[in-house]
Amino acid sequence: MHPHFVDYTIIAIYFVFVLGIGFALRGRMKTSEDFFLSGRSIPGWITGLAFMSANLGALEVMGHCANAAKYGMYVNHFYWLAAMPAMCFVGVFMMPFYYGSKVRSVPEFLRKRYDEKTRTLNALCFAFMALLVSGVDLYAMAILFQRLLNWPFWASVVASAVVVAIYIYLGGLTSSIYNEVLQFFLIVFGFLPLAILGLKAVGGFAGLKASLPNPGYAHTWANIWHAADNPMGVNWVATIFGLGFVLSFGYWCTDFLVVQRGLAAKDMASAQRTPLIAAVPKMFFPLMVILPGLVAIAYSPVRNLLWDPVKGVYNYNQALPTMLGSLYPSGLLGLGLTALLASFMSGMAGNVTAFNTVWTFDIYQTHINPGKEDQHYLAMGRVATIFAVVVGIGTAFIVLYFNNLMDYLQLLFAFFNAPLFGTFLLGMFWKRTSAHSGFWGLLCGILAAAAHYSLYHFHYIHYPSDMAANFYQAIWAFAVCFSVTVVVTFFTEPRKEEELVGLVYSLTPKPTTSDLPWYERPSIWAIGILALCAVLNIIFW
Amino acid sequence: MGLDIRLPIGIIFTIYGVILPIYGVVADPSMFQEKSLGVNIDLWWGLAMLVFGVFMGALAFRASRYSEP
Repeated sequence: MHPHFVDYTIIAIYFVFVLGIGFALRGRMKTSEDFFLSGRSIPGWITGLAFMSANLGALEVMGHCANAAKYGMYVNHFYWLAAMPAMCFVGVFMMPFYYGSKVRSVPEFLRKRYDEKTRTLNALCFAFMALLVSGVDLYAMAILFQRLLNWPFWASVVASAVVVAIYIYLGGLTSSIYNEVLQFFLIVFGFLPLAILGLKAVGGFAGLKASLPNPGYAHTWANIWHAADNPMGVNWVATIFGLGFVLSFGYWCTDFLVVQRGLAAKDMASAQRTPLIAAVPKMFFPLMVILPGLVAIAYSPVRNLLWDPVKGVYNYNQALPTMLGSLYPSGLLGLGLTALLASFMSGMAGNVTAFNTVWTFDIYQTHINPGKEDQHYLAMGRVATIFAVVVGIGTAFIVLYFNNLMDYLQLLFAFFNAPLFGTFLLGMFWKRTSAHSGFWGLLCGILAAAAHYSLYHFHYIHYPSDMAANFYQAIWAFAVCFSVTVVVTFFTEPRKEEELVGLVYSLTPKPTTSDLPWYERPSIWAIGILALCAVLNIIFW
Repeated sequence: MGLDIRLPIGIIFTIYGVILPIYGVVADPSMFQEKSLGVNIDLWWGLAMLVFGVFMGALAFRASRYSEP
């Protein structure tokens, strides 16, 4: 990769705009609601694209490209089996509770539905996870800077962190969301030529199929039945229940990083449409990350660059940057690098804004310093932003020394999000679920994940791949959380029904959609998305 | 929120949509042979971005005229 002056110019223009948006919004942050929830005033298409973009961090873009090079089209399941149904579910069934109950965060919802200790447990887990993930994005960004400008790693980390810190400090969630929309379009325009040039390089889709190292790489579903048949080494139980149900619903339905974008919407209909609007580009994203990953392993000039002769393995993590470096001429290269930077920044900013909200409302205001005036918490949010970025810098150095931390982060989702989905499912759809049961179910689910991980890590149980272990860990964590919550519920007092209005499905008036034209109704959107997704599954069977 | 995000998006894509095609025309054509399989991708993709940038800018301009007469 040898960028020229024109490439640096393109990257520099991007930084001017990102910081400019922060400065333009500086004067509008008057209350803590403005800073943490954008004053609940943003149109649905903007929160929808931000929802999509906040999820497009380094793990998503580089990680899935690497996975595609390693495992083939089986990775499509992360999009079409996992994300699509979960995104439709959160939009149609769960957003009415989140938005309608006027909570400011996911842990706050848990306090209303369960009790204070459930909220605190979830808030601490989430804050910890958000900081670790933001470090990974920062690390990826710093590595890119280091290569481009030949700066030392520490200077690259600090420079990347400062830019993100400035625009969130100035404009809070609004700045993060507006930048995510800009970043979304840059990511699309930056990576789409990779699919076009990549297909041209291998002679179209037929040529791609012919030059893949294993014919199974060209199928999404054909090899699902037996773990031995597909490159990921997972069978249909792990794929459908572990990934398609527990991990994906756990992430999309309960992770505050994405839910927060819906909470910033201007009304209930926009909040419900937020994940549904995001689902449309998400459905076609395999074109931009999975297809280049397949080309990387099928196209010999790129494949040869990925080969590490010392270790005797392919360096899959470099699949996306190597594709950019091999196929993009100067000019377009600047745009591709800008798209990479945009994805890292949107991923990191998403984590930082979610962290500062959970920290300020669910930990600081609840346990450390309650009852201050609003300006105090607004200031706290800015301090927490700086704190999150500083800790993120520290985490980036941990990632530098432990290169396999990427694997551990997938594991963290199986630790914290998978059991949480059990708590939410029971809490929202079973009114008997008692206040105490949430805490014990969640705690036991996390401990079950930890126990499963230890057994796997110390070789007491075996799986064909780490990915299979993650999927089964998610299934166990969810099952334990679910069972413990049910059992504890039967031994404890139920809550009064009038306290649960707006929090439990059967006790909440349904949001009326009959006054909306049909093309604005969330259920119609969801049906359309799932139908289109089914067609894609069949085409790429 | 006062700031119409379509305006900065329109401006940045218009700027990119001018820089890339100009660079694509003046740059050494052997670069495209070597990298992008002989396609002058800077020219064509730059023009696509120009169209998108102008379109977003036009949407923002129209919205500002209706809301602030």
